Amino acid sequence: MNVIEIRGATKVFNPGKGNQVEALAEIDLAVRPGEFVTLIGPSGCGKSTLLRLIAALIAPSTGSVEVNAKPAEQARLDRDYGMAFQTAGLFDWRTVSKNIELPLELMGWTKGDRRRRAKEMLELVKLGEFATHHPSELSGGMQQRVAIARALSFSPALLLMDEPFGALDEMTREHMQDELLRIWKETETTVVFVTHSIPEAVYLSTRVVVMSPRPGNIASVIEVDLGQRQASVRDDPAFHTKVTEVRVALRKVEE
Amino acid sequence: MPATDTMAETEDPLVREHRLRQQAAHETRRDTTVRIIRQTVTFVVFMGLLAALYAGYKEVGQAIDDRQHDWPVVGSVLPRTDDLTMPPIGKIIGQFGETPGGEDQIYVLILLDEALFTLREAFAGFMVGLVIGMAIALALAQWRRLEQGLLPFVIASQTIPLIAIAPIIVIWGRKNFDVFPWEWQDWMSVSIIATYLTFFPVAVNGLRGLQSPRPENQELMESYAANWAQTLWRLRLPASLPYLFAALKIAATASIVGAIVGEISSGVVGGLGRRILREAFNYTTGPDRLFASVLGAAALGIFVYLVVTGLERLVVGRQDKGATA
Repeated sequence: MNVIEIRGATKVFNPGKGNQVEALAEIDLAVRPGEFVTLIGPSGCGKSTLLRLIAALIAPSTGSVEVNAKPAEQARLDRDYGMAFQTAGLFDWRTVSKNIELPLELMGWTKGDRRRRAKEMLELVKLGEFATHHPSELSGGMQQRVAIARALSFSPALLLMDEPFGALDEMTREHMQDELLRIWKETETTVVFVTHSIPEAVYLSTRVVVMSPRPGNIASVIEVDLGQRQASVRDDPAFHTKVTEVRVALRKVEE
Repeated sequence: MPATDTMAETEDPLVREHRLRQQAAHETRRDTTVRIIRQTVTFVVFMGLLAALYAGYKEVGQAIDDRQHDWPVVGSVLPRTDDLTMPPIGKIIGQFGETPGGEDQIYVLILLDEALFTLREAFAGFMVGLVIGMAIALALAQWRRLEQGLLPFVIASQTIPLIAIAPIIVIWGRKNFDVFPWEWQDWMSVSIIATYLTFFPVAVNGLRGLQSPRPENQELMESYAANWAQTLWRLRLPASLPYLFAALKIAATASIVGAIVGEISSGVVGGLGRRILREAFNYTTGPDRLFASVLGAAALGIFVYLVVTGLERLVVGRQDKGATA
């Protein structure tokens, strides 16, 4: 059974109006359990729109989106996925721990259970000692880690990430990528990840989906198998071959 | 020191960087006590300067005037500084400790009584204004169409002069407000004026605050399938608090001003406004009392401002220290 099943999904914004935009054209995509799928493409290729279709934050104009073998909207209502955005989007009036507890509160967990889980999640993202800090006291990378902990706090089988490391500097970014891979392995979550960084896509993914703009479409799908990911992989010739492969695919898209 | 080195290496690089940042921040941070002391000193120095200016002009202005009042051109143009126009500061301050004729306690206690009366009117009006203002803000935030339709009227409501509506409200209160289960008191009419001044900044800033969460925060709540009330309670209301408190500081002092003006123009018995009016009538026999009562009104305004600021510290706390995206 696929975690995500998209069949012929299109998205038109402002249909019938002067500012009508055809954002996505006939997308077919299936994601299997445990996969790490990256959506990459030039800006305006609809990769964020596609992610929001999966999250059921917007509805497709035609076609269908299924998550966990049910309509995406039902999956959203059942809280089947966790989501992380480009900005950490933490609530500054809550402590780090309370931020992680937010989805658990909405799901009616008891206070004790919430505390325990928040503590576990903070250990997972290696911020155990910052539970009582406020987000504004943390650096950007640490905030983003809290956001990931929040997205994973209720153990969703699916994690949707919209350029979560886009605002981080290169060093922090590579560090966060390693952290994410570790968490992905530990939690056995399925991840759909939007990025515009080619090395990031190759380093993280089991599959890179290259998208083309106007209207957004899937241009090619590149399987990646680099074995055990570790920092040395970045210097591996196989890694560079894949980076080149994705770059060539993207260049074709731009033409 | 090899031991420390390995410690630093095993530690998470983000956390290590964070510690360095914290250390640097700590060195430049001033703690609350220092800030409060500094603000108090600034206030006292500023008040001292004002008093010195007053006393200085009273001295020099009188001297210049005395010397040149028979000069042909300049004549006696400077404002007069005799004790009836500008009572000496010492006498104004001393007035607080004196017992005026016909009263049985010292003036500062009388003023305190009046201030409490005014404070009650203002507070009741302020609370009602807060509720009405937030209700309007919520309605406007919920129905964007309403914003274009209703906001001009909300703004227009503030162009009606306060002194003009105060008597009307008092008359209405006496004649028409018998729908309430309690007997309508004149001071409640004054409260309505405070409400009238409070609801406006609360509605405008409340609306801005409720609309302040970023689209991503809204999407986050949607991704959790949070309902309207949950989103309001956990996201939009807390996000609106910094905006709201900015409005409450204005509204708190405005509600005091509103109550005082309301007392003066409505004929309510009691309150600082009433007291100021009475001292103005009796000015020739006790000019320092008018000055002292006005100082009392100013003190009440500062007091409510400080209360709201304190509440803000308590409720919003660290929130405004740095905006997190």
